[in-house]
Amino acid sequence: MLVVKDLRTYFYTRAGVYRAVDGVSFHVNRGETLGIVGESGSGKSVSQYSLLRLIPSPPGKIVSGTAMVDGVDLLNCPLSELQKIRGKKISMIFQDPMTCLNPYMTIGDQLMEPLFIHDNMGKEDARKKAIIALEEVGIQSAETRLKSYPHELSGGMRHRVMIAMALITEPELLIADEPTTALDVTVQAQILDLIKALQKKKNTAVIFITHDLGVIAGVADRVMVMYAGNVVETAPTAKLFANPSHPYTRALLGSIPSMHERGQRLRTIHGMPPDLSKEIVGCAFAPRCPDNKEKGSCGTTKPELVAINSDHYVANCVGCVANKLQPLKNKGESNFSKISEVTL
Amino acid sequence: MSELVLDRIKTEKAEKGRSLWQDAWSRLTKNKAAMLGFGILSLFVLLAIFAPWIAPYSYETQDLVMGPTAPSASHWFGTDTLGRDMYTRVLYGARISLMVGFIATFVSLVVGVIWGTVAGFIGGRVDSVMMRIVDIMYSIPFILLVILLMVMFNSSNNTVNLLLLFFSIGAVEWLTMARIVRGQVLNIRKMEFIEACYSMGLSNSAIIFRHLIPNVLGPIIVYATLTVPTVMLLEAFLSFLGLGVQPPMSSWGILISNGVENMEEYPWLLLFPGLTFSATLFSLNFLGDGLRDALDPKASKD
Repeated sequence: MLVVKDLRTYFYTRAGVYRAVDGVSFHVNRGETLGIVGESGSGKSVSQYSLLRLIPSPPGKIVSGTAMVDGVDLLNCPLSELQKIRGKKISMIFQDPMTCLNPYMTIGDQLMEPLFIHDNMGKEDARKKAIIALEEVGIQSAETRLKSYPHELSGGMRHRVMIAMALITEPELLIADEPTTALDVTVQAQILDLIKALQKKKNTAVIFITHDLGVIAGVADRVMVMYAGNVVETAPTAKLFANPSHPYTRALLGSIPSMHERGQRLRTIHGMPPDLSKEIVGCAFAPRCPDNKEKGSCGTTKPELVAINSDHYVANCVGCVANKLQPLKNKGESNFSKISEVTL
Repeated sequence: MSELVLDRIKTEKAEKGRSLWQDAWSRLTKNKAAMLGFGILSLFVLLAIFAPWIAPYSYETQDLVMGPTAPSASHWFGTDTLGRDMYTRVLYGARISLMVGFIATFVSLVVGVIWGTVAGFIGGRVDSVMMRIVDIMYSIPFILLVILLMVMFNSSNNTVNLLLLFFSIGAVEWLTMARIVRGQVLNIRKMEFIEACYSMGLSNSAIIFRHLIPNVLGPIIVYATLTVPTVMLLEAFLSFLGLGVQPPMSSWGILISNGVENMEEYPWLLLFPGLTFSATLFSLNFLGDGLRDALDPKASKD
């Protein structure tokens, strides 16, 4: 339902042009969950905020790209049209439940607000719907809770309210920006179950941004790995975990602590993500790549995404991925994945 | 007049965020000091409005033979040096002082809040230009500015002069308000719930009026209650210079400055206008404090 092509979002700061998102393309199908993983600063949040044009401008600017939803280009349509899509077709759940509710409004008023704007609903109908929405997210005695102010609720409850707020207009696409990062593990699991259940019920597409690979494994149908403003690999969750084909993905998966290796140091990825204000030659991951022994630049052009089978795409880095893929090119796609599992 | 102003503010926001006002009202009624202030202010406002019917004498009829007399049964607050009834003059003075106080504050409130909100909300170059204008206006001695405005548009019509007084004082007093509001707006604009508002498809004006302004209301109200007495004193000063209210009309400011002149021989000339003026200021401060607490949902203990 959402098709994004060549999205570039740059920040024009005093220190130079910061290429936060540099040519990202992806799509999400109805009812599907797309997980986006990556380190801090990899552009995962910025790419999603760009979709709704929520990037503070200046200094941010969407330089190029299209994002089509039902024939409307989110990135280039007039603002008035976008305002009808925001909160109606596409909703967002934010990271911090403490600051994303207005402290001066009752949660009832905040819940009903999108209904007044988008559905032209009467006060009584909106109230009923708000009560149902609160009950759906598992808040007890919803009717009295409508009159509470955000500070009277616990963090977990505020998060539920936020989710209820995002889902109350029954959006077709839900963007969840690290919705569980601020929560403890038990509440986290509840929230994830909640999002999943509501998704199934309403056939909502979900874009799930996180850096928690455990969460991704449990929630996402498909995963997109981002690094330095680019997509490095995208595949169905099971395939990605079984057969990570980009060195960055492998390094990322390798850094998950395992229960079987007690008493050993945790594995990390050495080095820091590249400075995005400088031009990157070739593969952005090259200086940290374990496969790249000389630590020099890897290739001269930006690696493009290539399919290694029908739904598994990887950035075709000249240094590592391409060499191993080359001899396989002539063979059929069926044994392609099988061989790549062995060789990579 | 105070209810009038409050009502006006209330009805402006009523259809947008009624629950906040209802909650605030129920919290305000529980605050005894604020309610006392509210009661005293209302009493003064009523007395001022109905002064022509309540006043036992005419405010301008002189009785030079009688001269200044101490308070008695026939003259509750005594008489002044020209033999005019002080009770009547305080009543009439209340009309002018309260009117100047509330209307000029209201003018400064509207201009300051809009200016500050717009500057803070849009930010960037617009903000810089708008705030530099405020800085420039700050650098002009404000008494001079008021005098200039008053002289420039002076007319023989007394009501026009009075209106001019309201607006020139308001035009000077909005500067601090604009600064306070801008600072607050800058703070709140960065908070995530504003971004959440955008993501829900709210328009800029809806965000400003429904989300931003209620969040900055606390400091605005406190500052407004502090502006009222400042404005009343400013009126007294201007009247003293002959630019404000013309005699034989009176205001509390004029009565107090006359009272100070005759303080030693006829202390009641200072005592009564001074008492009413202080009572008004105290009431305003209590009410302002109460309003600030009432409008902050987090301050409620129940």
